[in-house]
Amino acid sequence: MPCNAPGMPIRKEDVMSNMKEFTKGFIKENPVFVLLLGMCPTLGTTTSAINGLGMGLATTFVLVASNVVISLVKNVIPDKVRIPAFVVVIASFVTIVDLLMAAYFNTPGPNGEPSLYDNLGIFIPLIVVNCIVLGRAEAFASKNNIFRSFLDGLGIGLGFALALMILGTVRELLGSYSLFGFRLINTDGILVFVLAPGAFIALGFIIALINHLRKTN
Amino acid sequence: MEYIIIIISTVFVNNIVLAQFLGICPFLGVSNKISTSTGMGAAVLFVMTLATIVTWLVYTYILLPLGIGFLQTISYILVIAALVQMVEIIMKKVSPALYQALGVYLPLITTNCTILGVAILVVQKDFNLAKSVVFAIGNALGFSFTLVLFAGIREQLELAGIPKGMQGVPIALVVAGLMALAFMGFSGIV
Repeated sequence: MPCNAPGMPIRKEDVMSNMKEFTKGFIKENPVFVLLLGMCPTLGTTTSAINGLGMGLATTFVLVASNVVISLVKNVIPDKVRIPAFVVVIASFVTIVDLLMAAYFNTPGPNGEPSLYDNLGIFIPLIVVNCIVLGRAEAFASKNNIFRSFLDGLGIGLGFALALMILGTVRELLGSYSLFGFRLINTDGILVFVLAPGAFIALGFIIALINHLRKTN
Repeated sequence: MEYIIIIISTVFVNNIVLAQFLGICPFLGVSNKISTSTGMGAAVLFVMTLATIVTWLVYTYILLPLGIGFLQTISYILVIAALVQMVEIIMKKVSPALYQALGVYLPLITTNCTILGVAILVVQKDFNLAKSVVFAIGNALGFSFTLVLFAGIREQLELAGIPKGMQGVPIALVVAGLMALAFMGFSGIV
């Protein structure tokens, strides 16, 4: 039952537990740094902070929309075919995101830089096989009401976007000494961090740092 | 000659794991032992080749003539999921020995982004059927090759003294990064 149903007093515990559902994805259950899910887009799209944020927000949209729809239809879907049904719902929203981004985020930069849509490339259709999305559908949205599923999708999605933005920022800072496209020092950066090997190494050290912080707390 | 170039470029130069970041989950997940990684590699080779053929046919003979190319993602993921299920059922019946070896890896493959990734890439690159098949085989070989190499390194890593925070996934990622660095040496040969 939604906690804000008419005629029902809003209880403090409900608000608190809803808040927890929303914020757990940021740090405690961060999908990338703690649960180690969705590694392919994490490594593949974080050449800069903007690219990472774009990928994170696209995934957030799919997560929120599919969580809400799956939570709506959870009682209609027979248990045996629930996974294919979830996949179709997710794939529909991925197609929507793909077409929207092709329409609105496809203008090349002033100096002929590739657009956000080109930068993310194949990773947009591949949101459909991102284990975070199907994982939340199976573990959360198929068991909870719409409002909580919405909060869960939004929280986990923003946690994913945050993680991608952090990795993208680190790689952009080290790789080209710039931040969100603005040059900080006017020399070439440590190029390897923009290339493939730097993605693995940077993510490895960030996860190690977070492991260390979690153990000492 | 063209086919040889495709194979070399997919295995070494544009390696699907280390240069294109596809299939990282199985790359980190089943690379603890060499035996499991060869099993996973063989299963991926089999399914990827089959899935690429089927999805290429679906795209060329169903989606394109009907003008519904935008349904690519939905139709591909369903075709691949159905195909993996079918392969599992047929393999169980026809060749129990092969099923014993590869069976446990098959369900994992549906959500392996390499399969869907390669199926989408061959459409983007505008390959014909023969080239698509060679491209799929090359990518699967590249995946298996790096997976087995990585498993060999990780088996040795078990014995190494690693700082506490770096143990497990972090050190594996750094190793993968160094492997990617080594593979960059191949760039420019084709």
